[in-house]
Amino acid sequence: MDLEYGAEYDAFREEVRAFLEAHKPGNLAEASAEDRSAWLTKQIEHGYWARTIPTEYGGYGAEPNLLHTIIMDEEFNRAGTLRGTPSQGPSMLVPTLLEHGTEEQKRRWIGPTMRGEVIWCQGYSEPGAGSDLASLQTRAVADGDDFLISGQKIWTSTADKSQMMFALVRTEADAPKHAGISYLLVPVDSPGLEVRPLRTMAGDLGPSSFNQVFFDEVRVPRSNVVGRRGEGWKIANTTLKHERNSLSSNAEGTWMRLAKLMRDETMNGVPAIASPVYRDRLMQLQARMLSMKYHALRMLTCALKEEPPGVAGLVAKLENCQLSFDMAALALDVMGELGALYDHAKYERARGHWQAHSMFALGLIIGGGTAQIQKNIIAERGLGMPREPKPAKA
Amino acid sequence: MDFGLSEDQRLLDETLRAFLADRVPIDVVRAERDRLLEAPETGIDRALWARLAELGMTGVLVPEEQDGSGLSLLDAALVAQALGHAVAPTPFLASGVMAPVALRTLATPEAEGELRALATGERIVGVAATELFAVREDAGLRLEGDRVHGKAMMALGGVGADALLLPIGRDRLALVAAEAPGLTQTRLATVDATRCTSELLCEGVPVLWLAREAGSSIERMLLAGRIALAADTFGACEAMIARSVAYAADRTQFGRPIGSFQAVKHMCAEMIADLEPVRSLVWYAAHCFDALPDEAPLMAHHALAHGAEVAREIASTATQVHGGVGWTDEQNLHFWFKRVATNRHLLGSPTSLREGAAALQDFGA
Repeated sequence: MDLEYGAEYDAFREEVRAFLEAHKPGNLAEASAEDRSAWLTKQIEHGYWARTIPTEYGGYGAEPNLLHTIIMDEEFNRAGTLRGTPSQGPSMLVPTLLEHGTEEQKRRWIGPTMRGEVIWCQGYSEPGAGSDLASLQTRAVADGDDFLISGQKIWTSTADKSQMMFALVRTEADAPKHAGISYLLVPVDSPGLEVRPLRTMAGDLGPSSFNQVFFDEVRVPRSNVVGRRGEGWKIANTTLKHERNSLSSNAEGTWMRLAKLMRDETMNGVPAIASPVYRDRLMQLQARMLSMKYHALRMLTCALKEEPPGVAGLVAKLENCQLSFDMAALALDVMGELGALYDHAKYERARGHWQAHSMFALGLIIGGGTAQIQKNIIAERGLGMPREPKPAKA
Repeated sequence: MDFGLSEDQRLLDETLRAFLADRVPIDVVRAERDRLLEAPETGIDRALWARLAELGMTGVLVPEEQDGSGLSLLDAALVAQALGHAVAPTPFLASGVMAPVALRTLATPEAEGELRALATGERIVGVAATELFAVREDAGLRLEGDRVHGKAMMALGGVGADALLLPIGRDRLALVAAEAPGLTQTRLATVDATRCTSELLCEGVPVLWLAREAGSSIERMLLAGRIALAADTFGACEAMIARSVAYAADRTQFGRPIGSFQAVKHMCAEMIADLEPVRSLVWYAAHCFDALPDEAPLMAHHALAHGAEVAREIASTATQVHGGVGWTDEQNLHFWFKRVATNRHLLGSPTSLREGAAALQDFGA
């Protein structure tokens, strides 16, 4: 057990800190698209974003080093600014292109994506294909050098703000379920493609962009397939792996806000933290939060040593999402009557943040592989339990 | 950055687990349970303790100067984990963890002599720590001159021990012989019949020695005990899940292994998903004990309390995975159920530990 990073890494941390002090921009939310791109480009020049992406694809070209990643995240977080951009292009598409893309695809897409010049959305789920994603029906029919795509995608975050979509579509009509899917890059402004917003239960305080996408004979060149035709399922699984890794939460920060709320919020003149019942729940949540915090360090160590973490590496999404929901639940409870307030009502606390947090957390329990699918994965891959027998073919 | 076990610690863990699987299979635990039901006053199984001494387990926390191995609390936690996994009935918590930590922190000549004897495993010392955090039945020890008076409840590892380590208030520590005049030890059976606690009634018991200004020694002893106990509970939980997964693969109903039903599969997934992060918390608490002492009390409170909550859920779920047969004496699962059910009540119950955790952070009334 050695929780020190070591002198070399302490020096790296100092470099990142100095960079942020010198270059951190003001309010990014109000910055223009050009300014945001310029900030991402500056991060790439210094190696704090696109760090391990080869220079020929617009990256910084450093060797992968998890501790560098952790330190950069910690320091950007401390400085109150985002490292890179949290959209699905850099986190999901780029790793997939690096692994499966053609030379031309890599050169064309990776640089602009990392610089924020091209925004991507993910076209996987369909109304009829959720947990059973491989049953997706959106089809792409070959037509000369193109595909013609028809069908529908759903749960498409940021589709209305994106220029491009990476999508799973059925290209091989007669192939078995998993073998008929291809991974295709689709311009969102293509004729025949329509984005319709999908309102969530969280209303105005929910995710700012959540959509359905409709395809009516949308024409896309065949050269936009990533990997080989019919291998989309295998390729998507690389991408899903990246999604599960990126779904971990900042539980400690949420817990600190919860503890502060309990010091500030009073009923009958007594702060919530003075109630033994609320305090006990806060302590239960702290224990779970700390468990997940040190669990993450343990998993990080496995990754650094390239040791398989076994079943322990499969539990974080399930545990963190439920923890996040339970923390919001306590926050709402300690507000008592005022916990019901929303939509900018007078006396509403934290601008309705905790109600929105509660609903958003529920979305994460379902999204990216439902809790039930996670449990199947933990049991089957982690504990080696027998798979559910397939129903006999009709 | 290395959050995990060293090569030596892995070797220790593997060696001990292999030894326990070979020498203390569940039949041996069952035989020990039956022996204690027949002859409860005999207490500790000295033969098993002597075998653990051969592996060096009795002196894990005894400094090398006193012929121990001078290892860290994380090493001791691995031993506790393995003992919990094997439901091995030993006095490790009191005689292998709490007493050595108290004695080595005292660093008096008498304490050093005692440490040498503990390391061999030939001498066993029980500990009465309950009144440090929970007073019931008007219990409490006091000194009149050099003699101990009063009552201590739920003493650990005392029945069959050679001597007893008694905190008197928060800053004095006395050692008394188990056979000392004026001392009446009454065995208090626990739901886990392979172990027991005891009541110590003291009416002018002479001390072998008395240490004053022993406050930090007592605090460290309790802290180490809590972390080791959390590790013991964790080890027992690991075993319950492994048994459940194996049973679910083996047991067939409706023409297929019950483990292929999602209802059963999800019970197993929930158990392991709740348990794996506990391992990380227990290891971190043990690491803090030696490396980050300021953080250790909070981590110890949470590790023991949270571990106990997770353990109760696992004990219930594991029994349900086994169905009716899990409820029988013959199936053996109940040995682990009772191990964690008893552990839950030692060295602080979960609710009071959480109140302690809140107080440590100045959250409170």
